Amino acid sequence: MTESLAGKGDFAPVEDIPSSKARGPAGLPDPRRLSPRDVVQLAMIGTRSRPLRAVLSTLGVAIGLATLVLVVAIPQSSNAALLAKFAVLGSNLIEAEAQPQNGLAVSFPPDAADMATRIGPVTAAAQLGNVSAVVRRSPLVNPATTVGLSVLASSPNLLSVVSGSVESGQFLSPATQRFPVAVLGYQAAGSLGIERTSAPGRPVRVLIGSRWFTVIGIEAPMPVTSDLDWAVLVGWNTARDYLGFNGRATVTYVRAPDDELGAVSAVLGPTLYPSAPGLVNVTQPSDALAAQQATQAVNSGLLIGLAAVSLLVGGIGIANTMFVAVLERKQEIGLRRALGATRGQIRLQFLGEAVTLSALGGLAGAAIGSLAATGYALWEGWPPTLPVAIVAFSVLSATAIGAIAGLYPAIRAARLPPTEALASP
Amino acid sequence: MIAIPPTASGNDTLTRWGDPPAVELREVTKAYPGPVVALDRVSLRVRRGHAVAVVGASGSGKSTLLHLMGTLDAPTAGEVLLDGHPTGHLGDRQLAALRARHLGFVFQHFHLFDRLTAIDNVASGLLYTGVPRRQRRALASDALDRVGLGRRASHFPSQLSGGERQRVAIARAVAHRPVLLLADEPTGALDSVTGGAVLDLLLELHQAGTTLVVITHDPDVAARMPARVRVADGRVQCIEGLQP
Repeated sequence: MTESLAGKGDFAPVEDIPSSKARGPAGLPDPRRLSPRDVVQLAMIGTRSRPLRAVLSTLGVAIGLATLVLVVAIPQSSNAALLAKFAVLGSNLIEAEAQPQNGLAVSFPPDAADMATRIGPVTAAAQLGNVSAVVRRSPLVNPATTVGLSVLASSPNLLSVVSGSVESGQFLSPATQRFPVAVLGYQAAGSLGIERTSAPGRPVRVLIGSRWFTVIGIEAPMPVTSDLDWAVLVGWNTARDYLGFNGRATVTYVRAPDDELGAVSAVLGPTLYPSAPGLVNVTQPSDALAAQQATQAVNSGLLIGLAAVSLLVGGIGIANTMFVAVLERKQEIGLRRALGATRGQIRLQFLGEAVTLSALGGLAGAAIGSLAATGYALWEGWPPTLPVAIVAFSVLSATAIGAIAGLYPAIRAARLPPTEALASP
Repeated sequence: MIAIPPTASGNDTLTRWGDPPAVELREVTKAYPGPVVALDRVSLRVRRGHAVAVVGASGSGKSTLLHLMGTLDAPTAGEVLLDGHPTGHLGDRQLAALRARHLGFVFQHFHLFDRLTAIDNVASGLLYTGVPRRQRRALASDALDRVGLGRRASHFPSQLSGGERQRVAIARAVAHRPVLLLADEPTGALDSVTGGAVLDLLLELHQAGTTLVVITHDPDVAARMPARVRVADGRVQCIEGLQP
């Protein structure tokens, strides 16, 4: 073997190999940079050699990020669902309500809806009148228990104007205007314990005031005007004939094209109540839903704070793991220094490892969060939305957290004297 | 100042007196807080192509000597020259570049990466030299051939015997053809037969031109080296195997 080695004669001094051709001004070898691929490979060592630890250490970041994506994506989905609902039902419904003043009931003329329809852009109008009567299942029921239910006289076109529908039975029609029949709101029916409408031979009745009314329909939950769910509706003339209703309207619903809503809202008060338009409260019911949505957004602000705390804790977890890794891998650090690694290269290796951990955790968290948000949205029947910008931003910030968390351990690793590192067991 | 001339076994054509010594220590002192003086005004010169054993009991300062020669530690006083370059004023990056290009280390406990194959372990020794990735594997393959482990290139350290592991470590140390090969108790973790074979390999590399410094406490190992420097209490006691 000696002969073969000597025969090769390839143990000439170091000048032969390409790496040492480049020399600094003083004939010293130049420090060399690691290639990006080498840096990536060095950064992966810790994750590859201890995958379970890598998973556990990134759990905090992953959970934090999953939460973040969830709390952003879910309200977005529900918002999108709401917008879709508005798109179908129209957000162009205006409600005009007469406000009682000084205890005096204010009301509109009996033909309020017709007056409103005469406003140019208005496409449809319906009216309701407040009937001061108590509704009960039977005379044995204490009237106080159903105090939350209101009895309203309704124009027959109400359902079409507010985009409502009946769950069973039928709605009031011009044909039933004079008969003692009633239609129950969704919640009113539940509150009265009525689950079905009248069938031939099996009438279902409620007591309104002191008069029995036959239930001919139960409404489905109202999509926009949810306060109608708690109402019992009777015909206009029925109310006048049987319940002492004065025939004056208290609420008018109006449909108008989206771009005319402002103009219609402005003239609705003077039209319905010319003597004191200020006493007419004109609102868009869809605004209330939007406001509700905004409240949810405030709540999700708190959740985002929670997610941020969880990310911070995740960063601490990564810092912890990196400290342990530096302690465990002193020998490796010493060896690399002996092989010619600069302090900067050691620092880069461990910083890269921290960034790798947090980026993996961040990606996992974003994936879990996105899947969960999509699943939840589908389950709720909402359109799944993915806040791509938020997801990208949060993965980046998780990576930044990893870099911050890994900085001090990496500096510690780089400062380790090579002799001490090599001597460690 | 002590000069170690070429040995009888050395090939005269490889001895270049015109070249600067591979490593030179000038009045080097290393003191630790305490104060403990590990090395006391040591001067030593190892010329290119020479091989020398540094012998001494534990605590004699021989490991400190190797650390200073390898620029892993800096002297408290005096100057260490590598290939003629004074190292005292050099920054971390330049020292690291010197280690990467001019020096090779062999350790008692091999220090191989368990998760890398033999060839990848050897190639990892070239990581900091600036050699491109593809060339690193080719050079590593050559180096493994030189230590007689070409057929074990894809074995992991756990699949190799102690002697084979040390051969892989030696291949890693010489893959970039360093000016100076520093071996710290290279046979210390091996039985005498395997250790003898590893020493054979080191001497073969020396024969082929590598400058070699072996730190050992084992008199048998020291006896097989062409020259010996005995260290005790931080001082060089005597030099053996010198030609006038």
